[in-house]
Amino acid sequence: MQKGKERAAFMDFIFRNKVAILFSIVSLLCLYVSGIQVSFLIKELLTRLARNSFLVLALIIPVIAGMGMNFSIVIGAMSAQAAIIMVTYFKLSGIVALIATFVLALPLSVFFGWLTGKVLNRAVGQEMITGMMLGYFANGIYQMIFLVLVGSAIIPIVDPDLLLSTGVGVRNSIDLTNTIKYTMDNIIQVPAVWFLVALGAFGIFWFVRKALMAKKKGEAMSVHIFMAAMSAALVAVVLMPGVYYGLMTSGAGKTPLQVPLFTFFMIFLLFLFNGFFLKTRLGQNLRTVGNSRQVANSAGINVDKMRITAIVISTVLAAWGQIIYLQNVGTLQTMTSHESVGLYAVAAIVVGGASVKKATNAQAIIGVVLFHTLFIVSPQAGQALFNNAQLGEFFRVFLSYGVIALALALHAWERIKKGKGEEGAEAQLPPAGEDGAKAASES
Amino acid sequence: MSEYVLEMLNISKEYSGNQVLKDVTIKVKPGEIHALLGENGAGKSTLMNILFGMPVISSTGGFGGRVIIDGEESKIKSPNDAIHAGIGMVHQEFMLIPGFTVTENIKLNREITRPNMASRIFGKSMETLDVDAMTKDAEAALKKVGMDIDAYAEVAGLPVGHMQFIEIAREVDKRGIKLLVFDEPTAVLTEQEAATLIKAMKELASEGIAILFITHRLDEVIEAADNITILRDGVQVANLPVAEATVAKLAELMIGREVDRSAMGEPRDLSNEEVVLSLKNLTVDMPGEEVKGVSFDVYKGEIFGIGGLAGQGKLGIPNGIMGMYHADGEVVFEGEPIELNNTKKALSRGLAFVSEDRRGVGLLLEESIEDNIVFTAMQAKNEFLLKFGPITLKDSGKIRRHANDMINLLDIRCTGATQYAGRLSGGNQQKVCVAKAITLGPKLLFVSEPTRGIDIGAKKLVLDFLTKLNREEGVTVVMVSSELVELKTVCDRIAIVSEGKVNAIMKPTDSDVDFGLAMSGYKKNKGGAEDGKA
Amino acid sequence: MEKLKRRIKEFGLPRIIILAFFLFLCIMAIVRDLNFPALLSNVIARMPMDGVLVLAMVPGILCGIGLNFGVSIGIIAGLLGMTISMEMGATGLVGLLVAIAISTAFSTLFGYGYGAALNRMKGSEMTVSTYVGFSVVALMCIGWTLLPFKNPSMVYAMGTGLRPTISMDGYYGAILDNFMKFEIAGITIPTGSLLFLLGMCLIVWLFLRSKTGIAMRAAGSNPLYAEASGISVNKMRIVGTVISTIIGGIGIIVYSQSYGFMQLYNAPRMMSFSAIAAVLIGGASASKASISNVLLGVFLFQGILVLSLPVVNDVFKVQNLSEIMRIIITNGIIIYALTRRKGGAS
Repeated sequence: MQKGKERAAFMDFIFRNKVAILFSIVSLLCLYVSGIQVSFLIKELLTRLARNSFLVLALIIPVIAGMGMNFSIVIGAMSAQAAIIMVTYFKLSGIVALIATFVLALPLSVFFGWLTGKVLNRAVGQEMITGMMLGYFANGIYQMIFLVLVGSAIIPIVDPDLLLSTGVGVRNSIDLTNTIKYTMDNIIQVPAVWFLVALGAFGIFWFVRKALMAKKKGEAMSVHIFMAAMSAALVAVVLMPGVYYGLMTSGAGKTPLQVPLFTFFMIFLLFLFNGFFLKTRLGQNLRTVGNSRQVANSAGINVDKMRITAIVISTVLAAWGQIIYLQNVGTLQTMTSHESVGLYAVAAIVVGGASVKKATNAQAIIGVVLFHTLFIVSPQAGQALFNNAQLGEFFRVFLSYGVIALALALHAWERIKKGKGEEGAEAQLPPAGEDGAKAASES
Repeated sequence: MSEYVLEMLNISKEYSGNQVLKDVTIKVKPGEIHALLGENGAGKSTLMNILFGMPVISSTGGFGGRVIIDGEESKIKSPNDAIHAGIGMVHQEFMLIPGFTVTENIKLNREITRPNMASRIFGKSMETLDVDAMTKDAEAALKKVGMDIDAYAEVAGLPVGHMQFIEIAREVDKRGIKLLVFDEPTAVLTEQEAATLIKAMKELASEGIAILFITHRLDEVIEAADNITILRDGVQVANLPVAEATVAKLAELMIGREVDRSAMGEPRDLSNEEVVLSLKNLTVDMPGEEVKGVSFDVYKGEIFGIGGLAGQGKLGIPNGIMGMYHADGEVVFEGEPIELNNTKKALSRGLAFVSEDRRGVGLLLEESIEDNIVFTAMQAKNEFLLKFGPITLKDSGKIRRHANDMINLLDIRCTGATQYAGRLSGGNQQKVCVAKAITLGPKLLFVSEPTRGIDIGAKKLVLDFLTKLNREEGVTVVMVSSELVELKTVCDRIAIVSEGKVNAIMKPTDSDVDFGLAMSGYKKNKGGAEDGKA
Repeated sequence: MEKLKRRIKEFGLPRIIILAFFLFLCIMAIVRDLNFPALLSNVIARMPMDGVLVLAMVPGILCGIGLNFGVSIGIIAGLLGMTISMEMGATGLVGLLVAIAISTAFSTLFGYGYGAALNRMKGSEMTVSTYVGFSVVALMCIGWTLLPFKNPSMVYAMGTGLRPTISMDGYYGAILDNFMKFEIAGITIPTGSLLFLLGMCLIVWLFLRSKTGIAMRAAGSNPLYAEASGISVNKMRIVGTVISTIIGGIGIIVYSQSYGFMQLYNAPRMMSFSAIAAVLIGGASASKASISNVLLGVFLFQGILVLSLPVVNDVFKVQNLSEIMRIIITNGIIIYALTRRKGGAS
């Protein structure tokens, strides 16, 4: 009896995480084929986790509000880049520059997020494609401003370091060394090995505790034990001689690899915020809107306003996420840095097992790990298998698009299967009356 | 404190010249259960839309009369205002979120929250939900309506009957609720659940909450209500205490109308003719109009009526036979069974269908009248086509001539055969639909709600045309309609459908009482409502 | 006055802006004494070049799948048709016809599967098809590298795989453009391509008046109506999708022969967007389109692209402005169409 329950719980866990498990297997295969060292993978992965997690976590709230994957986070990214360009122009540096960027990006992203929300409210049911098109459209406006208007009579600034030699338009590539590069990462650095071991130890502690609690309540504990084992495996992998040595010498000048603890702390804060937010009145209202606009409306919730709120929050978070990303990268590619932000973020969260209707913090983080593992290993795997690194490059682009297409298709399919009854009846509060219908057909 | 919670005085309302409410007055005291009775289209919904300040009222020119709540002029401008004024509504369709728990549904948008750090900065909307307090409230409300449900359970897994009670618990939980409107609350309940519900209603009333009870189940009215208001065609035909009411009297009041058959003559008895259409245990899966096993015969040359209240399944019958919704059972036409769920086959056998959903199913609104008229004949019978080997092209000349004939025949008022169907008035659109059906040259014609939402002149023309078609061309007509008068005027026999089954097959000359009882679900000889709902 | 207002509203503000912008460009071109006939020849050359791709949108829109962002699938079929015909060494008119035949075979196959898939995701076709289109293009990037092509004028001299840009010289580059080409008042008329475009338009026009075409249109504009007349809506949607894909394939062949090069790898990714924008500018919506929308749209869209480059550079002295204009116009008009889409038939 007990055994059957444990089994069922574990199978359910596997089923719920089928996407993530599938990608883990593919990643491990590619890792094996590519011959990349585990310590190199961990190093790269830690960098990318610190860079990208915040952006991916920014996707969650619109999903809860029923608006699907927010491809328009590129608009947040552009707001952030505008803030960075301003900070560069004002020649700020260090922490001041970082704080100034965060502060400047806020009103910009709130405003553009609000506009985005307004437009998306006019395209109910088509939010994702409209959001994507809005991203492209905003890119046009962004280029207009920073290639054509900056330096012209309309925005008459002069700054030979920032502008192209013609005096009009921002340079294609802006070095952030003197402004925000590493400003957040350098606040607190700890050795990667410590960080990972601590993380693994915490994981063991956490899941063992959960397992014990589950046992007390008589619930299945196999999943928690599995997770504890995974945490232990992380510690074991990090402490394996080869990996340990690799991590201790892969920093600059053969020093131990450091991780930006403060950046991870910020990501953790957002992680907590997403959880906390769902338990607030606003979060509950968003969930209601996400489940049924009609019911929300009849309960007196301002549906349009809620949807705009969700997009604004997401856009602001995306802007801050892009700042975190760029302070780590160190160079702003003015015209391209933001372009694939939406694509990669959405692909990552989908790889983590999220769907258009449901996305969690854990899926976001797991998604970043798996997606970027594949990103790191696929060129080498392509090289090893076909003697052509380009193929791996193509493969990962295909993977990004394909996994999104699949998630969207599955979602659309499920929606059809559920039946069309729900969509038809829109917001008629008290009795959707015969005589009302009569009047409608009359006019 | 006034004597009445709600007074709706001399309410009138018209939709673009169409009087749907005329001088209706309803007064409800605290603790009173007031039943509102009427056929579909009698004006119940409009009355409620007015009470709740639905935008559809103000956007169509407002209403006449006064609404007084607790002795003060109502200021309700939106459903939200109604909630604040202490007026609640239990909906016919559930306003519940399946993925939420019972508690979350009951406390929807009225969550109990605690302040926290974030809320001190960003305001109340960031306060944390107090799940324990919410659950306590939800449990209390559930108890009040006599339901013992786990407040932590997800609604998705609960039986349909429970959902109604969760809706009611939500309204009861609202502080300061003075008046509750129940819109056909027993429609989806089993007999036992319905009994529990009525008990709960009485319980609530005893606590001083006034209840407006909209229903068509007459026995429930007698059982639960203190006073009864009956509407018919937007006019208040009666307002009586329950002591003066009997089921038969209510039935008669609800539907009694003058019927003029002078033009049609007496209903014919065609039972000597051959059976042209025979249904055996037909079930149709049409949402909101399920048919749950219907059998009857239609004789050749007959005009056969199908009546009943909305949602009882009368519309499902023609839609099922014509393959618009999934159907099971046996349908025999001219001695041979019809393949169900295959529209094309049904059309090729000589059946045709004028749908009740004129704009949704009947017409291509952005295509011309002529293209609409010939479309089905072209697709199902390969008419109006020029053939060049495997290539076909539409025969514009022939189409134009045919369309013009139809425009003359049916007196379709339009600027010409190329006018868009969407630009026509309702009556003329209906004529186009009829023209489309008869272009097929059918042996049997289903017409569903042929006069819904069209003006009196067009109504008469359509009905006259159908009779002419029947009498002169010998086309058997099966007419489905919510308007009993119309059926009684035109048909030879009328089947009354209730809860997905044929309750009785009656003569147009039968009394209003009998029709009223049949429509409300009473079996003629047995008495008492049907059982056996899913 | 009321009527005029409604007309303007129906036409849509974005279209009025685009039309005004086009007229402004024309006037500027003349005022600034740019070589107007040369510019006009360029516009006329580009019309048939892009027109067939734009035409591919019509059956898609009419059969009910909305704006066919997945026309990239047809484009891939067309590219396969061309590469295979070149591999076979087919040149001239024969080469062109072989390419079209192979492309059509692939398009039919792909379009059928694609249409069947779209039937399972009604209501989300555009979102899904965009990413399906992107994925297919990305997948074919791998394909172009691995497929065993040998023709030295197509593959890299070293290593494996096809080159990203392949010249059509010596095969069927400009074969349609040069057919009966003539010049009048300084304006070059690529007769062959123009005739080809008009011929395609005529075929589509005739199809839309055939029994199947009429049924397909009904299935697209009101599925319930079609079902009530015994039409299989799903079948009609597949028919529309297949035809759209086939025309897309032919479209890229016409485009490539006119351009003189065929572009592989990531080049086809955003092509559907331009085609969609053009048909929308011409007055189509996500649920309604006609041949005249195609012709007007492609003229206006290409007109703006061609004229804005020299005019803008002449007036503003800024380099990239016309490319930026293209981005804004393309995506702006698509957003406009998406936000105007009303759900259902009611």
